Amino acid sequence: MIRRKERQSGEKLTVRTILEPTLFLAPFLIGLILFTVYPFINVIIISFKQNYKILTGAFSGFGLENYQAVISDPYFLSGLKNTFLYMLFVVPIATALSLLIATMLNGNVKCKALFQTCYFLPMVTSITAVGLVWKWLYNYDYGLINYLFSLFGIEPINWLNNPKYNLPALIIYGIWNMIPMTTILLLAGFQNVNPQYYTAARVDGARSLRIFFRITLPLLAPTIGLTLIINMITASKVFSELFPLFNGNPGAAYSLYTVVYYLYDMFFVKWKLGRAAASAVILFLIVLVLTMIQLFIQRKWKNY
Amino acid sequence: MKNLKKSCIYLLLTIGAFIMVFPFIWMILSSLKTAAEVNSIPPTFFPSSPTMENYTYALEKAPFLIYFRNSVIVTIACVICTQFTTILAAFAFSRLKFPGRDLMFSLLLSMMMIPFEMLIITNYQTIVGWNLVDNLAALIIPFTSSVFYTYILRNFFLSIPDSLYYSARVDGASNWKYLWRVMVPMAKPALVTIGLLNAITCWNSFLWTVLVTNKTENRTLPFGLYAFMTSSGIRYERLMAAATIVVIPMIILFICFRKEIVTGVSRGGLKG
Repeated sequence: MIRRKERQSGEKLTVRTILEPTLFLAPFLIGLILFTVYPFINVIIISFKQNYKILTGAFSGFGLENYQAVISDPYFLSGLKNTFLYMLFVVPIATALSLLIATMLNGNVKCKALFQTCYFLPMVTSITAVGLVWKWLYNYDYGLINYLFSLFGIEPINWLNNPKYNLPALIIYGIWNMIPMTTILLLAGFQNVNPQYYTAARVDGARSLRIFFRITLPLLAPTIGLTLIINMITASKVFSELFPLFNGNPGAAYSLYTVVYYLYDMFFVKWKLGRAAASAVILFLIVLVLTMIQLFIQRKWKNY
Repeated sequence: MKNLKKSCIYLLLTIGAFIMVFPFIWMILSSLKTAAEVNSIPPTFFPSSPTMENYTYALEKAPFLIYFRNSVIVTIACVICTQFTTILAAFAFSRLKFPGRDLMFSLLLSMMMIPFEMLIITNYQTIVGWNLVDNLAALIIPFTSSVFYTYILRNFFLSIPDSLYYSARVDGASNWKYLWRVMVPMAKPALVTIGLLNAITCWNSFLWTVLVTNKTENRTLPFGLYAFMTSSGIRYERLMAAATIVVIPMIILFICFRKEIVTGVSRGGLKG
């Protein structure tokens, strides 16, 4: 009885109100500080260290040398260009296709569960494993895609070994990969649209296409905006897709560097940590800008 | 007119669905074919004489059973550890009152935008410093805290009415007891969702595995598959068999828990 009383009045005691939350948060915070907060700060510091050596931790001074080296490195610039092109093609196309799929799935269709399973499956499967399947589909001599082309009299394309077609191959695979998540996010957005709008429009005799452009699209605009940004963030980190398609190289002629591939290459292949860190910070800045736009959109459309 | 429109929608949906699942169908069909059949023009759709040879070859030439075991161990350990830290942290952020709580939480939320790729350099150094390279623990320890999952669970906890908490406290239950006896059972749907998202991310993790494992016996499935490709040459019927081994568990998981996974993803997408 006495202990219970202590506990109830204990809410006011400062030691307890500090100690208990600390204990509850400790396991979470320790992991977060060791593997997110500390590395985040550390990588920024490393990016300014000159001639940083991974083994000894020695460096010759602070400066912008790494950033200068990265920004003038043609591989990084081509990585930036490829990442941007990838984003430019994959994000709008995947989002548009997903919008079409989500609109159809949101309607009154039978076998919804079956369709959902088909459309969402690529989301849960390993990029490496499915990438191998795409490598097989893209195969020059026996791949199914070139075979289908031949049926229509199109010359076979050397998707994976001709550098010219490496980026298109990556983009097609990327679109296929991005559709499931985008469709799910858009379908969730549909849930927020009041069905009465549709009923009213139908009563007025509006046609489907008109309903889509006059009601669905404007009401879904915030969700579409958010989805575009989330997809852009995902696309800016394109990396794992390259491994199965090009045997771990950035394209057949090393012409398909991406920002993250450059980071991986500088870090784990060439052991130039300073440059790797500088490119990591640049990647963060890209994501930061995109996230700021995302927050801006969210705030602007909150009163919808 | 209406019927025509309806059939059009079904036709489009079916074609789209077919394109989305086709790579999986093709993977499984190719894995059952012989080398001669895989490299035939025109290609056959169904294998003329289905064979399991490619599976036995893959299992013999590369330790896929060990990769599989490692993947299962890492995934389960990761999910359990993350659930534990997430439950405690979500409780503290939703139920306990302490100074600076909301400020701290919004700071944590802003951490969600730090790309994991940015952290690998220092995390690799940490793992080397702790002598954990080539140890399965290196695949688990860095991933035990997730802001995203804590955020989802905290929101769920906030929806549980206060009155329940106060009546439990009046009955003499400590915070600890209340959390495990009342809140956790109530939050089961949210916990299942988080666990599934976490398991998928863990199972498919590639970049980090490449960095911290060297020896064959410590690889997980995606890296093992990639190593199998580089070491045993491009023989697609065999590669497809190996890829099927990697992909099938997640397909089964998805078919069983589609609703839960879709709910989870709709809250902000898969990380990793």
